Amino acid sequence: MAEQVGRRPFVREVPKTRWFLRHPRYRRYMAREVTCIFIAVYTVILIVGIARLGQGPGAYEAFLQALRTPLSIAFHVVALAFSLYHTVTWFNLAPKAMPVRFGETALPHAAVAGAHYFAWVILTVVVLWLAGAF
Amino acid sequence: MAKSNKPIVWGPFAAGGTITAFVTPVLIVLTLLAALGQSPRALSYDALRGFLGHWLSQVIVFGVIALSLWSSAHRLRITFFDFGVRHDRAVAAVLYLLAALGTVLTLFFLLRL
Repeated sequence: MAEQVGRRPFVREVPKTRWFLRHPRYRRYMAREVTCIFIAVYTVILIVGIARLGQGPGAYEAFLQALRTPLSIAFHVVALAFSLYHTVTWFNLAPKAMPVRFGETALPHAAVAGAHYFAWVILTVVVLWLAGAF
Repeated sequence: MAKSNKPIVWGPFAAGGTITAFVTPVLIVLTLLAALGQSPRALSYDALRGFLGHWLSQVIVFGVIALSLWSSAHRLRITFFDFGVRHDRAVAAVLYLLAALGTVLTLFFLLRL
């Protein structure tokens, strides 16, 4: 077949590992996807914390000491930024993923996302307060 | 009807994505405060031990951790593909296995408290 076609078919070149650098939309998509790496690593830190807690006060104190290293602080700051990015993108997607309808009328997207943000702020403040952060 | 295992993976992904959107930032703030030497009361040994001694907190913490692991594993699988790793089956097997391992370990550590 190929030799019967007189012209070279156009193949759009897509770099396998750097394709997302081409367009801001792709870069935002990748930033959103990469948030999971930080959430996963942070979850492992939580699991280690629970394990150390079970080993007694000395082991738990060593865990808290490890949290105070510069590397840990830097990770926390970056992970916080990525997790907030996940929160924002997830809430903004929520009304598209599950539109709320009442018969013919649909709830505006801003209202669904807004309800998520509202609940999130309340939850965050309540958790901080219960944990004695302020 | 074609068989698909997508709902099994998508359920935890959606639930985990929602859970992490709501609670991961505030959890990071709490341990960041501890990292900066401003440890909140709840993170002291006795307070955390007391909190995790209750079955309801154990259920909540287990749910948050397990769903975080499974949703991250699924999203990481897609991310590997996007970064040009095309061995999806192997990647999926390793990541879901790690998520399963983390889930079992979390259960073990919580029940040991």
